[in-house]
Amino acid sequence: MHPKRKQRLILVLFIVVLSSTAIGLTIYAFKENLNLFYPPSKIVDGTAPTGKSIRAGGCVVPGSVKMASDSLVVNFNVTDGMAELAVSYDKILPDLFDEGEAVVLTGELNDEGVFMATKVLAKHDESYMPPEVADTIQSQGAEHMKTCEGLNYDS
Amino acid sequence: MIPEFGQLSLIIAFLLAVCLSIIPMAGSYNGRLVWMASARSLTAGMFVFTALAFAILTWAFYTDDFSVKYVANHSNLVLPIQYKISAVWGGHEGSLLLWILILAGWSLAVSVLSRNLPLDVLARVLSVMGMVAVGFFLFIIFTSNPFDRILPNIPHDGGDLNPLLQDFGMIIHPPMLYMGYVGFSVVFAFAIAALLSGRLDSAWARWSRPWTNSAWCFLTIGLALGSWWAYYELGWGGWWFWDPVENAAFMPWLVGTGLIHTLAMTEKRGVFKNWTLLLAIFTFSLSLLGTFLVRSGVLTSVHAFASDPTRGVFILVFLAIVVGGSLSLFALRAQEVKSTSGFDLLSREAFLLANTIIFIVTANFVLLGTLYPLIADALGIGKISVGEPWFNTFFVKLMAVVAMLMGVGAMLNWKKTDYGRIKKWQIPPLLISIWLGSFLPGVFEGSYSVGAAIAITLGSWVLLASIWDVRRKISKSATAGAGLAKLSLSYYGMIVAHIGFGVCLLGTSLNTIYSDQRDVRLTIGEPLFAAGYEYELLDVTRTRGQNFFADVGDVIVRKKGKEITRLRPQKRQYFSGGNMMTEAAIDAGFFRDIYVALGDELDNGDWAVRIHFKPVVRWIWLGAIFMALGGAIAIADKRYRVRKKVTKQVHSEGVEKATEVTEGTEDLGKVQ
Repeated sequence: MHPKRKQRLILVLFIVVLSSTAIGLTIYAFKENLNLFYPPSKIVDGTAPTGKSIRAGGCVVPGSVKMASDSLVVNFNVTDGMAELAVSYDKILPDLFDEGEAVVLTGELNDEGVFMATKVLAKHDESYMPPEVADTIQSQGAEHMKTCEGLNYDS
Repeated sequence: MIPEFGQLSLIIAFLLAVCLSIIPMAGSYNGRLVWMASARSLTAGMFVFTALAFAILTWAFYTDDFSVKYVANHSNLVLPIQYKISAVWGGHEGSLLLWILILAGWSLAVSVLSRNLPLDVLARVLSVMGMVAVGFFLFIIFTSNPFDRILPNIPHDGGDLNPLLQDFGMIIHPPMLYMGYVGFSVVFAFAIAALLSGRLDSAWARWSRPWTNSAWCFLTIGLALGSWWAYYELGWGGWWFWDPVENAAFMPWLVGTGLIHTLAMTEKRGVFKNWTLLLAIFTFSLSLLGTFLVRSGVLTSVHAFASDPTRGVFILVFLAIVVGGSLSLFALRAQEVKSTSGFDLLSREAFLLANTIIFIVTANFVLLGTLYPLIADALGIGKISVGEPWFNTFFVKLMAVVAMLMGVGAMLNWKKTDYGRIKKWQIPPLLISIWLGSFLPGVFEGSYSVGAAIAITLGSWVLLASIWDVRRKISKSATAGAGLAKLSLSYYGMIVAHIGFGVCLLGTSLNTIYSDQRDVRLTIGEPLFAAGYEYELLDVTRTRGQNFFADVGDVIVRKKGKEITRLRPQKRQYFSGGNMMTEAAIDAGFFRDIYVALGDELDNGDWAVRIHFKPVVRWIWLGAIFMALGGAIAIADKRYRVRKKVTKQVHSEGVEKATEVTEGTEDLGKVQ
């Protein structure tokens, strides 16, 4: 074979092998590390899997935040206006965490239906609402809410 | 009235940008010198009016003009003056104005500093930068005007600048990052100009290299600053989160790193010309994509601004035009730009190419991980986020390969290398780094870590191979001093930057492996042991700052009963908005940081406290500083400066000529 063609062939083979390994690894790693988002109502009704890393989010229900007396464990509820999800977290909450504000959580659902959070992301900006939460929170089935204010917590 | 002048100068700057994008470009085709020469004055005009608009906005902040909506939303009366000024870029509109100001600044720099550039090239380069500016001017004028007023009910006091942003980091991180981001527009413009003319020679590469290097240096520093700021300010003690917006700034850096290396090859050896052009287009496109991701609020991120969907759509369209346009141009014209020479498998080109490809692959992975949630959402797969472990998995492995190849490649010659001759210079650093790698993890506390062994081997391999390469270079000279003096600045730049990479690699990996981080409950007066240190919270007192109250903890840190340091972490509550903010206290050291942040007060008077022991965390940023410094040293190399003067000297002095020639050949042989 012409040496230049041979060089090209080697290059092409190199790229094919490299890219297929890369794609294979990506898909494999994706399976392990993708966290699906579920609104509280989908978790409470049993749609979400237990024992698998998922994300959840909603507004922190006022009056639901309870601190343990001997450890850092904190329990609170989040809601999307339709159902309330119990959350447990054993680290320091972010500064912007507050009752009646939006949060996005990463963690696992345990067998008792409590969301064991490993990460809590609170809003960063006065008028900012994480899009996932904004999409899931609906008031009287109408418009998407811009913030947690005005959400009906009694439902 | 004054804010309206700001608006007016923004519009004038926009009109000048429109002229700049048309007249010099047309002139370069019809050959009218006056049209082409107008590029310089139009650029200067665009810069002056943008700067004026920026100064007026700054003035509005300085004078607390709350009739301007943007000022009212991002500042207030009690805000300290340095934050009033930096609040100019604390929100969407103002940071966009800073973006344009910096773009105009880079354009001005090109027009002033490129006196020896042929006029038609200069005209085209500035025209392309003008086109980019037009897009951003349209964006700011139509969707995000910083001079909008609140009339007639002017508020008495503003809201507040987000407390997170009331920090030294806010003053310098965004400008530095933007300098880097936007700086890549210069090499982009050079690439488009080259495609238009079909002329791409080593002179082209020599013109674009200093610009690309400086943008890259700024971006490196900007990223390092962002990481350092997040580390001490966010109160989580992490220095990198694979947050979409971090990724957005990191991707141009990855591709830009590839670009500065292929540019070196294009200049020295005339190879990979198409590759270089493509990378120039990609780097800048990724900068634009980054802007889109930050501005549109499509992703959940700590950086996201409250957003308006029209803005996202605008940038997306602009991005499509820039990427689509430049790639089509590339497809049409790339054939005309041919590489001239080949090279062996065992040559510096081959290794550089391999590492460049790895950098591109890495950038693609980051891109995939960043955009996948968007794609999945659009396809209806569900709302997904990609976890940090995914990014770490591929990033660590790919960078390990880069480190391996880097140590070998930097020692090789261009085109072809006789391996027998460099073998004796590679064996000692290889053996020493393997020895260090296998030995050191056993010395550290805790169980033997294989990861640390690999990391130390690779990190010290990069460092030692660089040092041995310098030794090899000076081995032929009579004295070390004479040898060192003979090496060119761009060679020194490469060595310093590569050492920075090694230091950064050691810092990131050892910090990840050996960090001890815990959130604990501290009772006042009861010491707690963590990672070999003893922490005691003495008391928590309340003080008042200029615009906040703070609970200040007094934490004493002891090792084996001896006091090491006293830390005073704060928990602040800002007057306006009532936002809470954690100010961590850090005892910084070359080998370790002790990091203490105050959480909430718990019901029985205990405090939640975050205690981190972070080994070699400073090396991460030190490495980045070295990398940027290396880039800066390379820019200072005299071959980028006025060529004509050198030629004149050569004619007059024979001695000059002789040195010039040896230097030239040395450049070809050794220098990257």
